[in-house]
Amino acid sequence: MSDIEQIPVTMTVNGKKVQRFVEPRTLLIHFLREDLNLTGPHIGCETSHCGACTVEMNGMSVKSCTLFAVQANDAELTTIEGMANADGTLSALQEGFRQMHGLQCGFCTPGMITRAHTLLQENPNPTEDEIRMGISGNLCRCTGYQNIVKAIQYAAAKLNGTDFQEAAE
Amino acid sequence: MNDMTPTREQREAALEGMGCKRKRVEDIRFTQGKGNYVDDLKLPGMLFGDFVRSPYAHAKVTRIDASEALKLPGVIAVLTAEDLKGVNLAWMPTLAGDVQMVLADGKVLYQNQEVAFVVAENRYIADDAIQLVEVEYEELPVLVDPFKSMDADAPVLRPDLDGKTEGAHGPRKHHNHIFTWEVGDKDETSRAFAEADVTIKEMISYHRTHPSPLETCQCVASMDKVNGELTVWGTFQAPHVIRTVASLLSTIPEHKIHVIAPDIGGGFGNKVGAYPGYICSIVASIVTGVPIKWVEDRMENLSTTSFARDYHMTAQIAAKNDGTVTGLKVHVLADHGGFDACADPSKWPAGFFNIVTGSYDFPAAHLEVDGVYTNKAPGGVAYRCSFRVTEAAYCIERAMDILAQKLSMDPADLRIKNFVKPEQFPYQSALGWEYDSGDYHTAMHKAMDTIGYRELRAEQKAKQEAFRRGETREIMGIGVSFFTEIVGAGPSKNCDILGVAMFDSAEIRVHPTGSVISRMGTKSQGQGHETTWAQIIATEIGIPAADIMVEEGNTDTAPYGLGTYGSRSTPVAGAAIALAARKIRNKAQMIAAHMLEVSEYDLDWDIDGFQVKGNPQARKSMKEIAWAAYHAPPPGMEPGLEAVSYYDPPNMTYPFGAYFCVMDIDVDTGVAKTRRFYALDDCGTRINPMIIEGQVHGGLTEAFAIAMGQEIRYDEIGNVMGASFMDFFIPTAVETPHWETDHTVTPSPHHPIGAKGVGESPNVGGVPAFSNAVNDAFQFLGSTHIQMPHDAWRIWQAAKDLGAHG
Repeated sequence: MSDIEQIPVTMTVNGKKVQRFVEPRTLLIHFLREDLNLTGPHIGCETSHCGACTVEMNGMSVKSCTLFAVQANDAELTTIEGMANADGTLSALQEGFRQMHGLQCGFCTPGMITRAHTLLQENPNPTEDEIRMGISGNLCRCTGYQNIVKAIQYAAAKLNGTDFQEAAE
Repeated sequence: MNDMTPTREQREAALEGMGCKRKRVEDIRFTQGKGNYVDDLKLPGMLFGDFVRSPYAHAKVTRIDASEALKLPGVIAVLTAEDLKGVNLAWMPTLAGDVQMVLADGKVLYQNQEVAFVVAENRYIADDAIQLVEVEYEELPVLVDPFKSMDADAPVLRPDLDGKTEGAHGPRKHHNHIFTWEVGDKDETSRAFAEADVTIKEMISYHRTHPSPLETCQCVASMDKVNGELTVWGTFQAPHVIRTVASLLSTIPEHKIHVIAPDIGGGFGNKVGAYPGYICSIVASIVTGVPIKWVEDRMENLSTTSFARDYHMTAQIAAKNDGTVTGLKVHVLADHGGFDACADPSKWPAGFFNIVTGSYDFPAAHLEVDGVYTNKAPGGVAYRCSFRVTEAAYCIERAMDILAQKLSMDPADLRIKNFVKPEQFPYQSALGWEYDSGDYHTAMHKAMDTIGYRELRAEQKAKQEAFRRGETREIMGIGVSFFTEIVGAGPSKNCDILGVAMFDSAEIRVHPTGSVISRMGTKSQGQGHETTWAQIIATEIGIPAADIMVEEGNTDTAPYGLGTYGSRSTPVAGAAIALAARKIRNKAQMIAAHMLEVSEYDLDWDIDGFQVKGNPQARKSMKEIAWAAYHAPPPGMEPGLEAVSYYDPPNMTYPFGAYFCVMDIDVDTGVAKTRRFYALDDCGTRINPMIIEGQVHGGLTEAFAIAMGQEIRYDEIGNVMGASFMDFFIPTAVETPHWETDHTVTPSPHHPIGAKGVGESPNVGGVPAFSNAVNDAFQFLGSTHIQMPHDAWRIWQAAKDLGAHG
């Protein structure tokens, strides 16, 4: 094993307090995926461009591939694994992505849903342009985004208790 | 009948069969972060492999010293070509009949080429160790420009081929020449040109790009030395082919190799071939006896595994004054990089590029492709297209626009004038294909009416006049694209991969309670096979799709198939599924006849069971029949209800479509805005319209990226310039246009359910629509052809060169 010093980190992930020792250089994404076995967030580019690794940290969307685990010390984190409703049913966003066909290969989906979750906290009733700008840090190679936008509109409407009107083609 | 008896419509709907917008089965796990991708796999004692790569594009490797790296705690091994020679794996065959270095054997041919493979306890230590491996290089002159590959004094890239005048596809005429591929009648075509009223000639380049799925290539190889069994989990679009290749290369018997492709995060052609990372992981696992994980990073992905395109196409058309085309001549210079690692069917060195006559009735045509080596990454693969079909579609669709310009004809009218007519199908093309079906006129007119084509042309004319008067700095382009694809490789008479015919397969097992498990030789990478394959079975055997589980990707359990690429899944495996299901239905009919005590000929199929002719009350549902198959089959009949089908298609399928792009361009900034994009696709019978629309959206977004800026470029010393998402254009939700989709339905006459495949159509048809829009916008300023990609800087440059900046 490497003889680099391990230091303690403590954080709350999906409502559970976790404590581990990590090398200071350990990236948050590797900590989540390999130490905590939360393999929902993915690695697509290692450079903050693609957003597949997006998680929520203290109410903000962050790209966990370019944060060290130690930077998340004492933080409150939510990953895709913490997105479902308390009773285990799909959240409005998860349901919206399925209903509107907002995913194909599924690789960007955890980051995309996690980002959309934070976006709807920031702006519960976004316009299409605001959604497009709001998810512009998350790349998708499969869907062309149009149905992702609809999925987020679907979820926003459901959370706001309004009717979802699918935009005409 | 009481009120509880479901109606026919209700029974039909309950199946969620073909034609319905069934929600995807896959989404339940993907939306919860419970997908199962390769990098999610963690095995006890697993080590990590990573590559030392060359900083040079062309150099001799004079010394590799791993001693410092091996001193680092946690480093287990460093493999070089010398180590691989011990197991005869320093080189590997490519699918294109060439050979490729697995690790640098004395020299490197492109930047980031694999030089040594470091194995360590974790990925951080592996990365540290890479920095400690000392490699000495002696730089050689670099060849980047394919047009200089066959210069007399061009550097020799492949000394291993020294003196080889015969390649896998015929004679080699230069030390950097790979093959010449010639199709068509040269003399007849020359005659057409000699007699033509009008001819055009243009060199149309389709630049180098990359499929770049969001998940890179990766694998875990695990050798069980006690039992002599190898298991490889990997991002494989063609798992069975990978198993066969692994067996041939390693000499481990094929039945002792287990290849598993779990969920795949997009493929787009990137994950068809075999790469050094797979080979090195397998060898390292054989050496160490523990599992080895290899995960490509994005830079490695973009700069090494499988580029696409890099075709430089000189197109000539001969025509009459009225616009009737009489001849087509195309010469292609194909840049393959350091090794010809094309993933085409073996006999097709330039794929199906001979679909280049497109949707038009060319009486004569001649095509010649020259493949050459350069100091660039090896390839190239079919990035969301059937082999080289997107290059061909781009070539002919651009050339038709250029001809229209020369004749002062409207480009849509020129196309309509030359379309293959409905009554000509099956149509024999001048370059050797038999188009199975089509109705181009109906599709084109529907598209033109929907988009308001004539009104758009009038608006464009008014804008051009306003521009000339100095009232606006914005110009407008209308991109027309009418493509014909050729997909579904393919018939065994002309398609194989390493000698294995390109059939595909399905196995269906109906359980006693009437639920089903089904396995295929294909492998979804986002196409939603778990959803759509079940829909085909549901319609064919009347069991609800919800009761049908589809499983792909495990070579131990799935029947042998050639995998998913080239839009072949629906044309080939989709047919196998339907035919396997029909075998089950035929047996079910015999069982039902026995149960109802009638002749099987006295039964009609009715949605989800058999009923007695003239007495619909006397019926047996498939669920009842399934139970009977295991409980009390007719005397003398084998029990059980299972079927396997291997399907060798009689022909390819030929999807087509009419795409229109309306673009507004600011000549002073070069910014091009897509105002409208309309895509009409005809993929024959539609299995799941929701998934088709999703495929079209995604493919159009890739087409937009490719046409408008996505490029793997090299500088003059072979540094790759597009190897991160900083430099390689992947559109975000902000740039991506809004997509309008539409369809016509012309079923394939030879496919059991009439389906043709659609996943790649939008890439094939989309690229020419975008490029034609840009070119169309500048045409009135005297431009004939502007090369792709059309990023803002290049558009600005084009405007400047045309004097639009005053």
